[in-house]
Amino acid sequence: MLLSSRAIRWTITTSAAALTLGLAACGGQSDAPTASSGGGASPVVTENVTLSGAGATFPAPLYQRWFSDFNKTNPSVTVSYQSVGSGAGVNQFKAGTVDFGASDVPLKDEDAKAIARGALQLPLTAGSIVFAYNLPEATAPIKLSRQAQADIFLGKITKWNDPAIAKANPDLKLPDAAINVVYRSDGSGTTGVFTQYLSAMSSEWKEKVGEGKTVNWPVGTGAKGNEGITAQVQQNKGSIGYIEYGYARENGIPFATLENKSGKFIAPSDESAKATLASAELPDSLVAKIVDPEGDDVYPIVTYTWLLAYKTYDDPNKVKALKAILDYTLGEGQKVSPELGYISLPENVTAKVKAAAEVISSK
Amino acid sequence: MVTQLAKPTQLVQSGSNPGQILDNIFIWITRLFAFSIALILVLITIEVGTEAIPAIQTFGLSFIFQQSWDPVRDNYGVLPMIYGTMMTSFVALLLAIPIGVSSAIFLSEDFLPVSFRTVLVFLVELLAAIPSVVYGLWGIFVLIPLIRPLSEWLHQTLGWIPFFGTSPGGPGLLPAGLVVTIMILPTITAISRDALTSLPPELRQASIGLGATRWETIIRVLLPAAFSGIVGAIMLALGRAMGETMAVTMLIGNSNNINVSLFAPGNTISSLLANQFAEASGLQVSALMYAGLILFALTLFVNIAAQWVVGKIQKF
Repeated sequence: MLLSSRAIRWTITTSAAALTLGLAACGGQSDAPTASSGGGASPVVTENVTLSGAGATFPAPLYQRWFSDFNKTNPSVTVSYQSVGSGAGVNQFKAGTVDFGASDVPLKDEDAKAIARGALQLPLTAGSIVFAYNLPEATAPIKLSRQAQADIFLGKITKWNDPAIAKANPDLKLPDAAINVVYRSDGSGTTGVFTQYLSAMSSEWKEKVGEGKTVNWPVGTGAKGNEGITAQVQQNKGSIGYIEYGYARENGIPFATLENKSGKFIAPSDESAKATLASAELPDSLVAKIVDPEGDDVYPIVTYTWLLAYKTYDDPNKVKALKAILDYTLGEGQKVSPELGYISLPENVTAKVKAAAEVISSK
Repeated sequence: MVTQLAKPTQLVQSGSNPGQILDNIFIWITRLFAFSIALILVLITIEVGTEAIPAIQTFGLSFIFQQSWDPVRDNYGVLPMIYGTMMTSFVALLLAIPIGVSSAIFLSEDFLPVSFRTVLVFLVELLAAIPSVVYGLWGIFVLIPLIRPLSEWLHQTLGWIPFFGTSPGGPGLLPAGLVVTIMILPTITAISRDALTSLPPELRQASIGLGATRWETIIRVLLPAAFSGIVGAIMLALGRAMGETMAVTMLIGNSNNINVSLFAPGNTISSLLANQFAEASGLQVSALMYAGLILFALTLFVNIAAQWVVGKIQKF
């Protein structure tokens, strides 16, 4: 009986899988006629090329959108991107098992030098990280002072009506409710950027916890992925967590206005993030870490995210396709970024990145 | 698992006609497959072991008793995860054994017409076909809000018991344990039921014939006779409970601290591995491998203990 019902179960699973595949295939077909609306231009690349990439989850939704849009105008080019995480992406890039990698944190110098084919780090977009919270009593965005930002995650502020929070929010009626901190349980570039910021801002954080893709959190519960934190914050009143701006906006979760280094309270937005990017000059290496920048109108936690490309490829068609994709993402593609909650890069930055990408060549 | 291997009876006499050559080939092929399974297990253990060597050299046995997991300072210990693994499995077994075994009894008796029972059996086994990520999502969006009033009541009235000591706030050991309970139910029910239905009917007839009631027959005769099968089911279920990853990760709160309260977030070894492996580097990878090795050892230990228990009890 057990055996026979296993067989039935197996049949059900496989038929379900087949059905899903069938549906997916139908979806693909129905998409095809509208393809020309994607970029509007005629194909740049006509050779059949498949590029594979792997890396950061942070820019994954944008990359996937870009690659599928590009595929609509250039049907011969297929790009598969696997959002396996920055660390895994860098490892695969170092091992040469992918055509490009992607990472939220720049390569270490010795890693970049160790790659025989040469490595380029191209910032393609940037994003803000927000303090998302669930506090129905707060009718306007909560303002968090620098002290409060660090102390909440250190577990020193445990109630929402703590004087350290109340002082910055005289107009809000804050409840006597416990603060439930939510953090990323999986290793993540987002955590890396966030803890880098806290370490730069609070010496106590730097001493007790430090910065890294996974750290030893003093308080709170962990959830997997941006979506995990989002769900947990939405589910539990009194929660606060850090997520990407796009996720918070898409899911309608309120996020805090943060005090920046100049003592001004700045809400995360496309403009304030652009101001942050403008506050730091992008060096020729294209690797700029913007940690706790100064300036009256800058949002404090903004990060570039990089696509990792080799300087040389064996296959000239891959070079052609990759260059065309970069050209698209740095031009037309930047208009898509704000739709998904990412920041479109300023033109002087995209020009610089485009110039750097010219180096890519075939053997 | 409880293994009872019968000595195969010699059916084929050795000789050299074509049929026997075919038999020999068949025997060697099956032998090859059987050994390759063992070989794969050994190779996995060796691979995990060699990867874990740097961490073993750095931390030694203190790894098992250390409470902090700090990738920033490269200081690792898995005591909180061992505790979390044992605790969720314990909660799951505590609930799943009575439910699973009673439903196995119910489904093996003739309380319901056969057609109804077949449907029920099928439904129970269908529980095993649900992907664990679905269980995880269900846990987040349905189970956690559902048990919140009960948890709060438990905390307020029985808060002096350490297990209910913290105020419930979403994910924690309890929701993780409850979902694992549901996930291991089909294993316990299906195998226990098989053990009960495959008992020789003479047992029941004799017991009834001696004047025992149905319940006396079930409890005094049938359950003891099917005991080794039921324990086997429980051990398989425990293996699944200890290794369950996705659903647990989504529900346990992934906090690497020991907290006795069932409402507090914790972590398990497999959940730790799933969370941290992708982005780990250097000593952290090695520490994760070491943690994996410890999970291996835990499972092995539990299995051996179960074999021993069953062996002891069957002597009576």
